[in-house]
Amino acid sequence: MKSTALNAGPASAAAEPMQDSRQGGIRKTSRINRFMVSPSVIVLALWMVVPLSMTIYFSLIRYNLLYPGDNEFVGLENFQFFVTDFGFMAGMSNTLLLVGSVLLITVVLGVLISLLVNQAFWGRGIVRILLISPFFIMPTVNALIWKNLLLHPVSGVFAAIWKFFGATPIDWFSEFPLFSIIMIVSWQWLPFAILLLMTALQSLDQEQQEAARLDGAGPCALFFHLTLPHLARPIAVVVMIETIFLLSIFAEIFTTTGGGPGYETTNLAYLIYSQALLQFDVGLASAGGLIAVVLANIAAFFLVRLIGKSLTEKQ
Amino acid sequence: MANLTIKNLKKSFEATEILKGIDLEIKDNEFVVFVGPSGCGKSTLLRSIAGLEEVTSGHILLDHKEITDLAPAKRNLAMVFQSYALYPHMSVRKNMSFALELAKEKKDVINQKVAEAARILELEPLLDRKPKELSGGQRQRVAIGRAIVRQPKVFLFDEPLSNLDAALRVQMRLELARLHHDLNATMIYVTHDQVEAMTLADKVVVLRHGQIEQVGTPLELYRNPANRFVAGFLGMPKMSFLPGTVTALDASSVTVELTFGGSVTLPAAGEHLRRGSEVTVGVRPENIDLVDASEASLTGFMDIAENLGSDTYCYVKTDGQETLTVRMPGNFTCNYGDRIGLQLHADECHLFDEHGNAIQKPTQMAA
Ligand SMILES: Nc1ncnc2c1ncn2[C@@H]1O[C@H](COP(=O)(O)OP(=O)(O)O)[C@@H](O)[C@H]1O
Ligand SMILES: [Mg+2]
Repeated sequence: MKSTALNAGPASAAAEPMQDSRQGGIRKTSRINRFMVSPSVIVLALWMVVPLSMTIYFSLIRYNLLYPGDNEFVGLENFQFFVTDFGFMAGMSNTLLLVGSVLLITVVLGVLISLLVNQAFWGRGIVRILLISPFFIMPTVNALIWKNLLLHPVSGVFAAIWKFFGATPIDWFSEFPLFSIIMIVSWQWLPFAILLLMTALQSLDQEQQEAARLDGAGPCALFFHLTLPHLARPIAVVVMIETIFLLSIFAEIFTTTGGGPGYETTNLAYLIYSQALLQFDVGLASAGGLIAVVLANIAAFFLVRLIGKSLTEKQ
Repeated sequence: MANLTIKNLKKSFEATEILKGIDLEIKDNEFVVFVGPSGCGKSTLLRSIAGLEEVTSGHILLDHKEITDLAPAKRNLAMVFQSYALYPHMSVRKNMSFALELAKEKKDVINQKVAEAARILELEPLLDRKPKELSGGQRQRVAIGRAIVRQPKVFLFDEPLSNLDAALRVQMRLELARLHHDLNATMIYVTHDQVEAMTLADKVVVLRHGQIEQVGTPLELYRNPANRFVAGFLGMPKMSFLPGTVTALDASSVTVELTFGGSVTLPAAGEHLRRGSEVTVGVRPENIDLVDASEASLTGFMDIAENLGSDTYCYVKTDGQETLTVRMPGNFTCNYGDRIGLQLHADECHLFDEHGNAIQKPTQMAA
C-alpha cells in the first residue's frame, strides 16, 4: 500500500490487483497530492485574499489622505459616488472604445500582415524581426516616442509629412486624443498579434491548401475556408490576452494626454489612479477598483463563453 | 474518355533534375501504378500531372488537349493525398461538397452526388462528423469520396494507404480495386509498395532516379523484367542474384559458370554476349529447390528460415556470401548452419549483362 501511494502514478495504482486496495491507493495518492501543492495554493490565496479584503474594507469607509483619522464606515456611499461621477461614464466608454478598437485593428492588421510575411521574399527574416520589435519597447518609452517624435505638431514626423503635402499639421493629442492613444496602443500590441498568427500560419497544412486548389478554390476561398478557420484559435488567444492587458492601459495615457482633454482619454484605470493619487481619496479609488474588478470579471466571463470553448476544444 | 499523354516531361528543383524526361501513355479506364524507391520522383511526377508543380519542360496532354500550364482546378483531375488533407474545420459532408459548391452546382445536385459517394464508400453514418472524429481508414474513405463527387477524368493517388495499419491496408486495397471496377475510371496510383503495384495495376510504371525503367502489366514485369533493378524491385521476397561468366552460348541458350560453384544453361538470346562476358543470373525464390548437398554443384549454408505457415522462406548463404532466398512448402524444416545444395530451374532464370540489362528469352523474341 505504502509503495502505491508513494509511486503516485496511475500506472502503479492500476497494477494493484484488488479493487479495494486500488481505490484506497488513489484516495491516499490524491490526499498526498493535495498536501504537496498546498504551500503554493496557500501563498497564492493569501496573495489574493489580503489585498482584496483590504480593498473591500477601504471601499466601505471614508478614507481620504487629506483628512487623516476621519475614517468612519460609510456603507456603499463610495460606490454610489464613483458610479454617479461624470468621469465614470466617460471612463467606461473610453475603456470599451479603446479595447474594442485596438482589438479590431491588431487582429485585422495582424492577420493581413502575417499572411504577407508568410510569403517567401528576400529579407523576410529581418522584416519579421522588425515587425516584432515594437513589442519589446516599454509602454512609457513607446508613448514618448509617439508623443515627441511622431505626433508632435511642430517637430513630429507626421507634421513633416503633412507639411510636405502642404497641409496644416494636426495637433493629434488635442484634436483626436483617443484616436491617438488607440494608434499608440495598437502599434504596441500589433507585434503580439503578428507573432502569434505568424507562427500559427506556419503550421497551416500545405497539402490541405493543395487539395483545396485542386477543388477549385481561389485565394479568397482558401483564405475564408482554410486559413481563417485555422487561425480561429490563435485569434481567440490574441483577443483574450490583449483584452486582459488593454483593460488596464495606463502608462500610454499617463505619459501623453494625462487623461485629457477633459475626460476624453480617461479610462477606468486612469480614473482610479486620479481618484486615489490626485484627489487622495483612497476609499473612492478602492470602490472604483472593485467595480473595475467586477467589470473585468464580466468581460472575462463572456470572453471565455464566447471563445474559450474553441480553446479547450481538442484539435 | 480520359487519355493522358506525357511527352518528355522534365522537372528540376533549382539545379537538381528530379524528372529526367518522362514519356508515358495512359489509356482510358486504366489503373496505372507508379512504383519506385523513395525519392525517385513518383510524387513529383504525380504532382506535375495535377498541376501542383510547374514543369521545367515537356508536355502533358489530356484527351489531346494541352494541360501543361493549366491551373490545377481546370484540369478535371482529383487527387487523394497521403496525409488525406481533409479540411479539418468542415464536416465530412462539407469536405465532399466543397468542390461542387465552389463550382456553383445546384443544391440538390450536390446533395445527390454526396449521398451517392457516401453510399459507395459506406460513409453515410459519418456525414456530420469532423475529420478528427474519424479513424484512419474512415479519413481515407472521405478523401476518396471527395475525389469521387467531382467525377474527374483522372483520379490521382499519392501513397494513399501508407498511413494505415497492415490489415486495413489490405482491406482498402481491395476496396480500391472494386472502386476502380465500379467507377470505370482512369486512376494513377503512386506507391513504393510493390505488392500494391502488383495487385492493383493494369499497368505498372517502374521509376528510378526520375526515369522510367519499364512499363508493362504486372505479370509482364514479373516475368520479363527489363533490367536488374526492375527484377529486384518486383517480387516478394526479392529475386536473388548470382554473378557468373559465360562459358558457352548459341542462338537460343547461354551457359553460365557461376562464380561460387555450379553452372546453369538457360534459354537466352545472347547475341551481344561473348564467351567470358561477365553476367548475373537472377532467380526468384520459387525457382530454386533445396536438395542434398552431395547432389548439387552449388551449395550453401542455411541461414534463417522464416515459416509463414503456407510457405517457408529459407535464406541460404553461398560460399561467396550472397544470400539466396528459396521458397519451400510450409512443412519444410531445417537447421541453422546445415550445408545444403541448391538446384536452379534454369528455364525460369533471368540473365543480365554487365550493365544490368536483361537478356531476353528466345521464345519471347520470336513471339
Ligand atoms: N519542393 C522541393 N524542392 C526541392 N526538392 C524537392 C522538392 N520536392 C521534392 N524534391 C526532391 O525530389 C526528389 C523526389 O521527390 P518525390 O517525388 O517526393 O519522391 P517520391 O518518389 O518518394 O515520391 C527527392 O529527392 C526530393 O528531395
Ligand atoms: Mg512521395
